[in-house]
Amino acid sequence: MELREHPLYSPEMIESIKKVEATRPRRAEEARRGYRFEKMSLEEADKLLHQFHPDYIMEQKRELRVGPSKGELLNHEVADIFEAHSRLAKKLDEFSEFIKEPEITTDVLVIGGGGAGNAAALMASEHGADVVIATKLRLGDANTMMAQGGIQAAVTPVDSPAIHYLDVMGGGHFKNDPDLVEALVKDAPFVIQWLERLGVMFDKDPDGTMWVQHGGGTSRMRMHSCRDYSGAGIMRVLRDEVRNRPDKIREIEFSPAVELILNERGECIGAVLFNIETEEYHVVYAKAVVLATGGFGRLHIQGFPTTNHYGATGDGLVLGYRAGVPIRYLGAVQYHPTGAIFPEQIVGLLITEKVRGSGADVLNVDGEKFVFPLEPRDVEAAAIIRECAPVEKGGRGKGVRTPTGNYGVWLDAPLIDLLYGEGTIERKLPAMVRMYRRFGIDMTKEPILVYPTLHYQNGGLRIKPDGSTNVPGLYAGGEVTGGVHGTNRLMGNSLLDVVVYGRRSGTSAALYAKEQFRDFGKPTLQHIYEYEKELAEIGVPEDKISPVILPNYVPEHVRKKQLTSYYQGNLY
Amino acid sequence: MAEQSRKSGSINPEKPKDMVPIYIMGKRYFVPKTLTIMKAIEYAGYQLKRGAGCRAGFCGACGTVYRTPDSYKIKVGLACQTVVEPEMYIAQLPFYPAVKKTYNIEEMEPTAEAVLGIYPEVARCVACNTCTKVCPQELEVMDYIQETLHGNLDKVADLSFDCVMCGLCVSRCPAEIQHPFVAILVRRLYNHHLVPRSQQLAKRVKEVEEGKYDAEIKWLKSLPLEKLKKLYSTRPREGDPGVELKDNKIDWNDEVKFDYSGTNR
Ligand SMILES: Cc1cc2nc3c(=O)[nH]c(=O)nc-3n(C[C@H](O)[C@H](O)[C@H](O)COP(=O)(O)OP(=O)(O)OC[C@H]3O[C@@H](n4cnc5c(N)ncnc54)[C@H](O)[C@@H]3O)c2cc1C
Ligand code: SF4
Ligand code: SF4
Ligand code: FES
Repeated sequence: MELREHPLYSPEMIESIKKVEATRPRRAEEARRGYRFEKMSLEEADKLLHQFHPDYIMEQKRELRVGPSKGELLNHEVADIFEAHSRLAKKLDEFSEFIKEPEITTDVLVIGGGGAGNAAALMASEHGADVVIATKLRLGDANTMMAQGGIQAAVTPVDSPAIHYLDVMGGGHFKNDPDLVEALVKDAPFVIQWLERLGVMFDKDPDGTMWVQHGGGTSRMRMHSCRDYSGAGIMRVLRDEVRNRPDKIREIEFSPAVELILNERGECIGAVLFNIETEEYHVVYAKAVVLATGGFGRLHIQGFPTTNHYGATGDGLVLGYRAGVPIRYLGAVQYHPTGAIFPEQIVGLLITEKVRGSGADVLNVDGEKFVFPLEPRDVEAAAIIRECAPVEKGGRGKGVRTPTGNYGVWLDAPLIDLLYGEGTIERKLPAMVRMYRRFGIDMTKEPILVYPTLHYQNGGLRIKPDGSTNVPGLYAGGEVTGGVHGTNRLMGNSLLDVVVYGRRSGTSAALYAKEQFRDFGKPTLQHIYEYEKELAEIGVPEDKISPVILPNYVPEHVRKKQLTSYYQGNLY
Repeated sequence: MAEQSRKSGSINPEKPKDMVPIYIMGKRYFVPKTLTIMKAIEYAGYQLKRGAGCRAGFCGACGTVYRTPDSYKIKVGLACQTVVEPEMYIAQLPFYPAVKKTYNIEEMEPTAEAVLGIYPEVARCVACNTCTKVCPQELEVMDYIQETLHGNLDKVADLSFDCVMCGLCVSRCPAEIQHPFVAILVRRLYNHHLVPRSQQLAKRVKEVEEGKYDAEIKWLKSLPLEKLKKLYSTRPREGDPGVELKDNKIDWNDEVKFDYSGTNR
């Protein structure tokens, strides 16, 4: 379709697209000569981050007032879920009785049905444990299913786990827990092999050699992919394998955990589940528990749209924290530099980094480059925010305005085909092409408009390399944990994290159940009583309740009339 | 007729600006015309429990069927990826009965017979092509079912790869085939048995097991922060102009360099 007649674009946008097209041949020429926009020095990057990254806006944050990590500086939306009552709070005495009779007893309870949860369940069952996996939505309705770009592992002759280690540390601003990083990079080749054997369809040469490419912040090419359905490629296989073992792994869907159960010795011995369909509570006893509930994108921190799945509300953070597990780096939030900002229906959805990794330029309203396209994510995001911010606010005022008044910058996808031949985009990025086509845009011909979107929870519960927490019997793996990525995760390292630490936590939990577990003892909710006491001291309103379970997108004018729905039809 | 009575029965019969009427399971609501079906249902006042997962076209939780007044045709889409149309009649199909069989990938043969042994109904395909027409991912679903019968597992793996397992094809298939389950079984069989394993990967796994990189990592962990930063910020990036990498040694910075001779370790 002629751009001029395109029903979606505003005249301003068309004007800008023409500029992008005008500079494209020159930019293609530069790319062929190997010229790229200069990378920022660490100092420049640091300055940029302080000026433009949302994490540095102090009014958006406050110090946490309760729990083991009191004093942590968190975004209000995140502090809110910690400074909130238990869903059991109003009937704590009743629940204390209720938990004395378990409905299900098992060796290992895995909470969360994403990549980490399924990997944990598989490994726990490999080690002889009977497993229950409880999840909020369906098994596999998870951030893992949505990952597009890929998973890192150092396998080529010019790469090594040691160089991978260096990249992870630098990407995380050297705040990472070195022991966790070491386990991550050393396990990496092995877990890719594990997935290969399970039948994951990695992109490969005919001789079996896996394709690798760069991601933001990598110094060697080590991103493995399954087209642009990398997460789905892995998630579907893990789920299929879990479901191949119904005698060892029992799944319970639509039943989020809402609180952990401890005993008088402070050991974790199970959880209370909430069936969101029938609204019953169920008590599960387990010799060991693995938290694998993923991230918190659906808290919409600072009002950002998000790439995350519907159930990403940070529940596991709250459960673990109330049981006494400290958090780290939860104040560092990852905004993916390229979320869709146009058209309206897909605002916030992810435009995979692979688009840049495959050669697309990042351009301003004039069709000019302004940043190296593969800076670490926080730096890239801050650079885009600066480009769009008005001059009065220290920005450059070079964003492209959408018809609804948002601003974004171009990702020049058509350059990929120009450089690597027609059809490259279709082949490498089918999910992206399909998504845009559904909304009337052909990204093989037209640049696409992007702006940062809330993407990843860099921090989380503190764990050790074996996936254990400071609470005996309680393990955690995946996005719910913090430390391995420091304050900024690199793309491809979280799918890796999920498989590595999903496996580790599942294995450790099974071994604990077998070797260290004594008995269930006296199941209590004492930790909730104590937490509630702290909440009373700071005066938390009654209607603040967490875990959130599901965000509520019912508009204000309807909600005003839903006068009696408390959590029926309004889970928050 | 039914149309008319529904309209007059609507609590909010006025047509607000930029809003369109839709029927959620037969009941009329006005929603902004730019919304996806999923957001429109929420706009109407529903808190979704079923029928929403990733909200981005990857998980297949939100299969939806609908009709519009201009046509007798049943249309389908993913609710999170389809914009509302005026007067559409919507029903979500978040679950369609399908029963996954269990199997052991390692012990199975990568053949059509083996797949048919698990899902014999595949042989009942009457080649009506309904599954292909209904697939929101625009996959050649019938083709991958036919290729399964012919034992071309590589083709099945390729054709079915983008399947989000929404089950819409299952809901319409006269032969009662469970396409997404067949597809995942075949992909796993194919990749486990027929695709060559990466030798490069196997070699690296062995090296790591033998502890080849332990000393380097230990050394990196012991470096003072300033040195680690220096090493990081000077590291050559594969593929950059002028960068020629011969091996994977950490030897690019003369000041901070791993001692491979082992003399002062
Ligand atoms: C769009 C997108 C693209 C991405 N791309 C990449 C990429 O290319 N490479 C990469 O490495 N990483 C990528 N990531 C990040 C990566 O996918 C995630 O960090 C990772 O998959 C998290 O896995 P997880 O198992 O920890 O959590 P999830 O996969 O989110 O699983 C958590 C599960 O727990 C469930 N749950 C939540 N609360 C509860 C509760 N109270 N009780 C029971 N269950 C609960 C959830 O519903 C979900 O099923 C991407 C993320 C997104 C959103
Ligand atoms: S709908 Fe069923 S019978 Fe028809 S082509 Fe598809 S698989 Fe065959
Ligand atoms: S093949 Fe079937 S299950 Fe898979 S995406 Fe298409 S319609 Fe959905
Ligand atoms: S909600 Fe996942 S595909 Fe629509």
